[in-house]
Amino acid sequence: MSESNWTPITRTENIPAHEGRSVQIGGLELAIFNLGDRFVTIENQCPHKGGPLCDGIVSGAEVVCPLHGWRFDLNTGLAVRASLAACVTTFPTRVADGIVLVDAGRGRRIEPEAAVA
Amino acid sequence: MKKLVVVGNGMAGVACVEHILQQPHEFDITIFGDETHANYNRILLSMVLAGEKSAEDIVLNDVEWYRSNGIQARLGVRIEQIDRSERVAIDSEGCATRFDKLILATGSSAFIPPIAGVDKKNVHVFRTLDDARELIAKARQGSKAVVIGGGLLGLEAARGLQLRGCEVSVVHLMDTLMERQLDATGGGFLQRKIESLGIRVFLPKHTQALLGNGRVEGLRFASGEEIDAELVVIAAGIKPNVELGRKAGLEVRRGIVVNDYMQTSDPDIFAVGECTEHRGQTFGLVAPLMEQGQVLAAAITGNAGRVFTGTAPAAKLKIMGVEIFSAGSIDESEPGLETVRYEDPALGIYKKLLLKDNRLRGVILVGDTSDERRYTQWLRDDTDLAPHRKHLLFPPPAADAGLEVAEMPDSEVICGCNGVRKGAIIQAIHQHGIKTLDQLKERTRASSSCGSCTGLCQQLLRAVAPEFQEKTRTTLCACVPFSYEQLREIVRGQQLKSVQEVLNVYGNRKGCEVCKPALSYMLDMIWCGGHDEDRSARFINDRVHANIQKDGSFSVVPRMRGGVTSPAELRRIADVAEKYNVRMVKVTGSQRIDLLGVKKADLPRVWADLGMPSGQAYTKGVRMVKTCVGTEFCRFGVQDSTRAGIELERRLENLFTPHKVKMGAVGCPRNCAEATVKDIGMVGQEGSWQVVVGGAAGKSVRKADLLITVETTAEALEACELFFQYYRENANYLERTYDFVERLGIETIRKATVYAPETEKNWLLERLQRSKAIAKDAWMERDAPVHPTQFVPIHAIGQMETLEAKR
Repeated sequence: MSESNWTPITRTENIPAHEGRSVQIGGLELAIFNLGDRFVTIENQCPHKGGPLCDGIVSGAEVVCPLHGWRFDLNTGLAVRASLAACVTTFPTRVADGIVLVDAGRGRRIEPEAAVA
Repeated sequence: MKKLVVVGNGMAGVACVEHILQQPHEFDITIFGDETHANYNRILLSMVLAGEKSAEDIVLNDVEWYRSNGIQARLGVRIEQIDRSERVAIDSEGCATRFDKLILATGSSAFIPPIAGVDKKNVHVFRTLDDARELIAKARQGSKAVVIGGGLLGLEAARGLQLRGCEVSVVHLMDTLMERQLDATGGGFLQRKIESLGIRVFLPKHTQALLGNGRVEGLRFASGEEIDAELVVIAAGIKPNVELGRKAGLEVRRGIVVNDYMQTSDPDIFAVGECTEHRGQTFGLVAPLMEQGQVLAAAITGNAGRVFTGTAPAAKLKIMGVEIFSAGSIDESEPGLETVRYEDPALGIYKKLLLKDNRLRGVILVGDTSDERRYTQWLRDDTDLAPHRKHLLFPPPAADAGLEVAEMPDSEVICGCNGVRKGAIIQAIHQHGIKTLDQLKERTRASSSCGSCTGLCQQLLRAVAPEFQEKTRTTLCACVPFSYEQLREIVRGQQLKSVQEVLNVYGNRKGCEVCKPALSYMLDMIWCGGHDEDRSARFINDRVHANIQKDGSFSVVPRMRGGVTSPAELRRIADVAEKYNVRMVKVTGSQRIDLLGVKKADLPRVWADLGMPSGQAYTKGVRMVKTCVGTEFCRFGVQDSTRAGIELERRLENLFTPHKVKMGAVGCPRNCAEATVKDIGMVGQEGSWQVVVGGAAGKSVRKADLLITVETTAEALEACELFFQYYRENANYLERTYDFVERLGIETIRKATVYAPETEKNWLLERLQRSKAIAKDAWMERDAPVHPTQFVPIHAIGQMETLEAKR
């Protein structure tokens, strides 16, 4: 695994609680969410039809894509419904001095098991 | 030819004659009726009283019917005497009509209990068309009407008077309403429903006297209590009209006694209908009377064979929107009876079966009568219920439940939105032991989008899933497992002001994309905007006030009231489209212009440059009022629909609704702007407006129901507002008006809106005004965003230079 490389993104108050915002880092488009007690980051593009996940409704630690309702676990990046063998990449995220930091170089992707039904 | 004389021109007598006409016969028929009207459907009198039907609408046999069947109709003529030895019937003029056979169908009259003061003015019975007409003439908006009698007829009269705008009370002698058809629990369910519709119920109350000087002014109960009344209707039961039979020397007890062939004690004289008594039983409901008529017709034409054995009393009624079914014996005192019951107070559903020796003896259904046929059959056939014991209250899945879907090939797409095929659904059901529709949605996504395939999915589940569980109660969603109605109560009662509070106290604290927007709406509606707004609970469209498109860009539809624009507006729209590289400019179906492909970050500037308010095309809210050119230019227009439509749009714009609300206003019945397929429509006609509601021309196509016809534009606009606010307050989230109107029934809606008491109407309008007073054009958030990054994208403070290199 490559070494840490944290990019300062924005002040925490720029992302309201239980909402997401998109940000470009290098060639990546990421969606950062404020879960109230912590921040999480995933790739912004829904693997289904490319919907902007940052605009989705947050449900606990899950986000629902605004286009067709696909739902992803923000901790693992895995699609929540068992029928969907899909996932998004998650990125390490932390807060320091009121600034949200993301390590875009250490994206993690858990490939789901084979599709069912 | 033999002479057949029928005394009585009501439903039973004439239905019997119709059966006689179907048989070979040799009668020259004369019918006497003391009412001057042709035969009408007495059951529908309450609808005449309610203004839902006219006197003409309820005619069963018009004058032409009598003529073409060679029947002499002597209407407005009363038979006073029957001379059996001379075989003549003598009318009030003294004229004698000879008969060979005679049918007595004299019906019944209102029973007037011995109460002091029943002779006062404005005290009526409700039995005939003339009674209905007198009541209509006297029922005034807001006047206090009291109905004495809480049986079927009394409740129907109460409902009719309420629809006429009266403030209605029902006074009943017994402990519960409709005690002949319902037990105490069932009566209680009915009472709560009726009271919730604004009718006061007094019971058990013995009316001792009607008060007032000449004209009735009130009632005094035996308890000493007094209530005001400007109009009193006595509906305390009926008594068979037996006088003619008694004077003729026929055997008479409570009714004119008939045998199983409907013959009286004189073999040439028959009787049918409410005047009869058969095996000790008298009759008040229509079904057995129709059967009597058939038996009588067979016997009198010489085809006697079929007999009348009396029927197990069965009544299926709809009172004030509540379905009721009662059949068999509901007397619980009989030894050895078993009772099986089901109650759901929230839904107002009550079912009770009385069994003895595994056989059905009686049944009471309130709120859900869908199983009535099954029970009727069990009663009639005296079915041994041992094999059915597990499914007494809810039928087992029918063997042919999947017929429609059964014929589809496995490759057929069931859910068009998500492309789910029949084969995939069946496979998922078997593989994962799916039992509910929710599990099926979760697993396959079938029926999780537009929902139009829900019925098919349910059929498949019924047919394929061995343990399919029908949804019995509609809860908002699994996160907050309460019905909409309960949640509204909770939010009001517990004074909850934010979505998160509701989720914390009554839900799973998380919420989801289904319940969060629904709760958002509910709080806004209940507190008329005075709630704690939580933007994260809203769908993205409602956070940025534009409609998200498949590529993540947005569409912008400015408000163009009534579809009327100007050259200056069109120029600005054109300029905006060029300046922001709008990918498509599209005229919409709602007489507006859509700018498609706008970036989120550009939205505030696009709105500012347009200088037009939000058209709410992205939200569950007021869309538009589509209009025609009305009287301004059109040579056919009879109402100024353009102006009326613009005014309606102004009054309601910027408000949120359970689902989108599309409206239309047309200046004449040619209906060029299609008002009759809108959620709310105003249809102009010469001298009046028709206000129609619940129309649709989308996923569903439905012609709107008439809410009311009024003379002035002001009244029409008010009717629209009343319906609009009532829909806002009572529809489930994402329930379009066409489903709402069907669910509640237009009668319920009329009673709760345009025919509601003035005070209730004023409350509805006041709440609408309160919401309206703080409703804002959402696009003004361009100048005052609710959050610094509502529209502005975030740029990372420090870009990581090495990322690309490391890759």
